[in-house]
Amino acid sequence: MYVDELLSILVIQSGQSKLVHEENMSDTPNDKKKNAAQADQATVVDLEKRNFLIATSSVGALGCAAAAVPFVLSMTPSERAKAAGAPVEVDVSKIAPGSMMTVEWRGKPVWIINRTEEMTAELAKHDDQLTDPSCDVVSQQPDYCKSTDRSIKPNLAVMVGICTHLGCSPSAKLQPKGDMGDNWTGGFFCPCHGSKFDLAGRVFKGSPAPTNLVVPPHKYLTDTTLLIGVDTEDKA
Amino acid sequence: MTNKTNADKKSVVANALGQGLEWVDARFPLSSNIKAHLTEYYAPKNFNFWYFFGSLSLLVLVLQILTGIFLTMHYKPDAMLAFASVEYIMRDVPWGWLIRYMHSTGASMFFVVVYLHMFRGIIYGSYRNPRELIWLFGVGIFLCLMGEAFFGYLLPWGQMSYWGAQVIVNLFSAIPFVGPDVSEWLRGDYLVSDATLNRFFAFHVIALPFVLVGLVAAHIIALHEVGSNNPDGIEIKKLKDKKTGIPLDGIPFHPYYTVKDIVGVVVFLMVFSTIIFFAPEMGGYFLEANNFVPANPLVTPAHIAPVWYFTPYYSILRAVPPFPGVGFLGIPPSLFPGVAAMGLSVLIFALLPWLDKSPVKSIRYRGRLYKQWLAAFVVSFIVLGYLGTEPSNVWGQFGPWLGNAERATVAARIFMLVYFAFFILMPWYSKKDKTLAVPERVTG
Repeated sequence: MYVDELLSILVIQSGQSKLVHEENMSDTPNDKKKNAAQADQATVVDLEKRNFLIATSSVGALGCAAAAVPFVLSMTPSERAKAAGAPVEVDVSKIAPGSMMTVEWRGKPVWIINRTEEMTAELAKHDDQLTDPSCDVVSQQPDYCKSTDRSIKPNLAVMVGICTHLGCSPSAKLQPKGDMGDNWTGGFFCPCHGSKFDLAGRVFKGSPAPTNLVVPPHKYLTDTTLLIGVDTEDKA
Repeated sequence: MTNKTNADKKSVVANALGQGLEWVDARFPLSSNIKAHLTEYYAPKNFNFWYFFGSLSLLVLVLQILTGIFLTMHYKPDAMLAFASVEYIMRDVPWGWLIRYMHSTGASMFFVVVYLHMFRGIIYGSYRNPRELIWLFGVGIFLCLMGEAFFGYLLPWGQMSYWGAQVIVNLFSAIPFVGPDVSEWLRGDYLVSDATLNRFFAFHVIALPFVLVGLVAAHIIALHEVGSNNPDGIEIKKLKDKKTGIPLDGIPFHPYYTVKDIVGVVVFLMVFSTIIFFAPEMGGYFLEANNFVPANPLVTPAHIAPVWYFTPYYSILRAVPPFPGVGFLGIPPSLFPGVAAMGLSVLIFALLPWLDKSPVKSIRYRGRLYKQWLAAFVVSFIVLGYLGTEPSNVWGQFGPWLGNAERATVAARIFMLVYFAFFILMPWYSKKDKTLAVPERVTG
């Protein structure tokens, strides 16, 4: 009905026909035609013209929508940006136990932490303080890292060093205690809004970050060569 | 031999000008527009201090556009060159430092005058019938301005530019289902990068200024259609001179208010110049220290805070706890509640014309109840604004009796509730409020 009225206004303004104002407009097109035929010649709604206008306007609108597609898509990552997001190969043999290295993948910092045995042992002890201890949020790690240590090799943790709150990069506080207080068991602290993560990137309760840090897809090409950006099951 | 007197010469010039004007008027509605919008636009005669800020907003808009044009002559929207090109403007371009400081100070002053202009609208009920559309165009201008400020802040490509953009673009990834795709589309990359800088430049210098100028025109056209409100909140058009049809309490905008506004402009420019010449960074509130360090995608600055004019909304964003998720339904935890609350805290201004049920418009005739709510709102806005500039542990923590909660976070939550209550409860308290009788004619 609304569209009808709009079109009637258009028709009137174009000066080609006039709108019939009927008290009881019936619903089926046939009845409308009959009523229109009975009405005075000067006040007839030309249904054929109206349908033509509806059809052409719809096609026009579709055309405009189609023309907008290239513009919207031009804003998605370009081929160059995608190429820069290619997988990264890392030699992990030189990371001393208890320390970490940062590599860049898709412009994001990816941490590789060589955890000591004490560090890995500690991971199982504080489940009650964590938001998601058993890694139930599937988007945050590949299936092969859904475990307490969130890694393929128990000592080597790989994770994207971007806070899941608002994308800042947390600072490493790998050693227990220190400036983080006596209850601190080692992990990461985000300077922006104070989120805390353990050494497997699992978020502590009370942090503004809602989920654990992201473990990127990765696989080992050799014992000491890590490829970040490709899943373990995939054929690289 | 006739010697033309000076008076004759003058009348010849006047005649020529008059003929020129006639020639133009036959082809373009020049005189009629000047009459309609200046010399025969009748504004209430009782405008006070608060009525400076509309024309001042227009002045700052013009200044921003002018200084912006000259900055684009030297600025390079390229991630490799942007930071250095801004330093080049500051150090090597003749008077570049002045133009850049005018632009950066202008951004903050724009929000100062616009916030005062909005406050004027609130206290005198300028958003009420028949001025709802003026208010809505105004909210559109405010949103546009926030966009301009946000896109513009990335351009110097400093650490705060970079991480501020990172945080704000990431807010979009909190939108359920489509979020991550939307923020990737906005960035044009997997992170804030050259592609992002380039498109933000396009938004900042072309897209939004066009929209902004269009909305300002609509704002003024709508205002001149219905006429200005005034500190008494009464319609001067109700009482007109029977012969001339001019409102009894109206005076022509030109020369009366053009002259008055010039006084406002002079005072404003004194303040503006003082800031530009003596405190362009305003102690880190107008230009943040971290923005003098080039953007580094791998290192986040220790403390991230937006520029002061965004901080009330940023506080609200931080104050809302994340949605914990519903494991057995497969609904993941989400930041969306905070993001939604922040969006709502800005957009809710648009609803004011329909939330206010008071029989009077101006605060002069409102009762105590409304004034208390308004005062509570102003306090909340300022405290939230302050908290947004500080880290969330600025006031330390409560003891174990409150789960060691951060004092500032708890305070932000309380003031956030007051902020929203001011709007949501308005239909109730504005109706219940005991109002005074409104006079027929405007008072002083």
